[in-house]
Amino acid sequence: MTSPNQLPPAFFTPGATSFADFLAEVAPDVAAHTRASADATAAATASAPHGTTIVAVTFDDGVVMAGDRRATVGNIIAQRDIQKVFPADDYTCVGIAGSAGIATELVRLLQVELEHYEKIEGTQLSLDGKANRLATMIRGNLPMAFQGLAAVPLFAGYDLDESRGRIFSYDVTGGRYEEHEHYSVGSGSLFARGSLKKLHSPGIAVQPAIRVCVEALWDAADDDSATGGPDLARGIYPVVAIVDSDGYRRLDDDAAGQVVRSVVQARQQRPDGPPAGPAADTPSVSE
Amino acid sequence: MSMPFYVSPEQLMKDRADFARKGIARGRSVVVMQYSSGILFVAENPSTSLHKISEIYDRIAFAAVGKYNEFENLRVAGVRLADLRGYSYDRRDVTGRGLANAYAQTLGTIFTTEPKPYEVEIIVGEVGEDATADQIFRLTYDGSVGDEHGVAVMGGSSDAVSGYLGERYADGMSLEEALTLAVDGLGRDGGADSRTLGSAQLEVAVLERGRPRRAFRRIRAGEIDLLLGLDV
Repeated sequence: MTSPNQLPPAFFTPGATSFADFLAEVAPDVAAHTRASADATAAATASAPHGTTIVAVTFDDGVVMAGDRRATVGNIIAQRDIQKVFPADDYTCVGIAGSAGIATELVRLLQVELEHYEKIEGTQLSLDGKANRLATMIRGNLPMAFQGLAAVPLFAGYDLDESRGRIFSYDVTGGRYEEHEHYSVGSGSLFARGSLKKLHSPGIAVQPAIRVCVEALWDAADDDSATGGPDLARGIYPVVAIVDSDGYRRLDDDAAGQVVRSVVQARQQRPDGPPAGPAADTPSVSE
Repeated sequence: MSMPFYVSPEQLMKDRADFARKGIARGRSVVVMQYSSGILFVAENPSTSLHKISEIYDRIAFAAVGKYNEFENLRVAGVRLADLRGYSYDRRDVTGRGLANAYAQTLGTIFTTEPKPYEVEIIVGEVGEDATADQIFRLTYDGSVGDEHGVAVMGGSSDAVSGYLGERYADGMSLEEALTLAVDGLGRDGGADSRTLGSAQLEVAVLERGRPRRAFRRIRAGEIDLLLGLDV
């Protein structure tokens, strides 16, 4: 075992299926969770872009996740068309809030991790297994989180064993919590959660579920300056991901634009959105 | 006083090579073939869970013959190398050539330094933008690399099979034609009289040029029968 170009022994470890662990062993410099000094992170916290609001709701055959398109640095809009909702694999999606750089790297690692397991083992992890792997990765970022660079994703997917959509939230220490029906994370999540609570009802179909997500993001943008509303002039709409028994798909811009325009139209009549309670009509949907 | 035996390097290498070749010829053959929209991999393999053909990366697949534990080792190492490279740089920077080089170095070192050479032969296939950009690398137990075009056969009575396929292969065959030919060829493995293989004895996968990102797809029993024109 002397040739300099030969693959090192770590490549031949039997039974190891985690890419993140492998990466930490053979290429610690490439691994995302390198430790930074307190001084450096204090400066980074002030200047690093932050992603804002993500919402997710379940529907009769899966789960819908949507995110606004804004990233902020302090009071400045750092990017107006950032993507914060990603496919993690064929049957899961992940939305990110918090430090954009840390969070996007986390998503990239998760994507490789899940595909890596699938290729090595020849089978996919269970949905709980995937959610737990993400929890471990978030925990790995804890030292950075304490220094202000936290990434808190929202994870959702279609459980092939139970044939339903499920949503998982996390805290910075890697705590994993299963959420029921709907959830939201990020700076505008307080407003979005209130909206979701009123507009979502169990077992709705996919189109109303998309509508509920867009309404909730509107309500978040309405009251939270860091959350971006839809930009009709530029044609920048929320990223809407749908995961059902057929797998992951992203709603294309035409379809997302249609939902957004219909929400805008309704809000012109009633700026605070559809009324809740027994008198409320269910949100109308145009497809 | 005992005298250590002198063994000439030529003899040593020949013995090792013979040993590895014998092990490889013991199993059944694997056929790798270009067809109109990608690369087809066909193995005679009655097991549905112990694969001879697998996905390595977006556009790259792996096929092997010989000792299972040894080529499985190489397969996993290949997945790790590809994922590491793709994560460190970009997905486009993972190439079949890079992987074949790493395998060649590894097999070459094992052949000369380990007590026993690996009894394996592997093929790394990479589907390109068009048929001319497709690449099929064949690697043998001693680390030699060959660049193959059209059709490649390894393991079992590979000479008989590759002779049969070489005469009949044509560029741009459809998937049905290519699979039928490959299965006919595999039937020539192991004796003069040809056997008829059904989906139960076959492991089939393709790298499909048109698929977005992950080009690798396994073809299951039902679809194999359909492609072979067998009544199910």
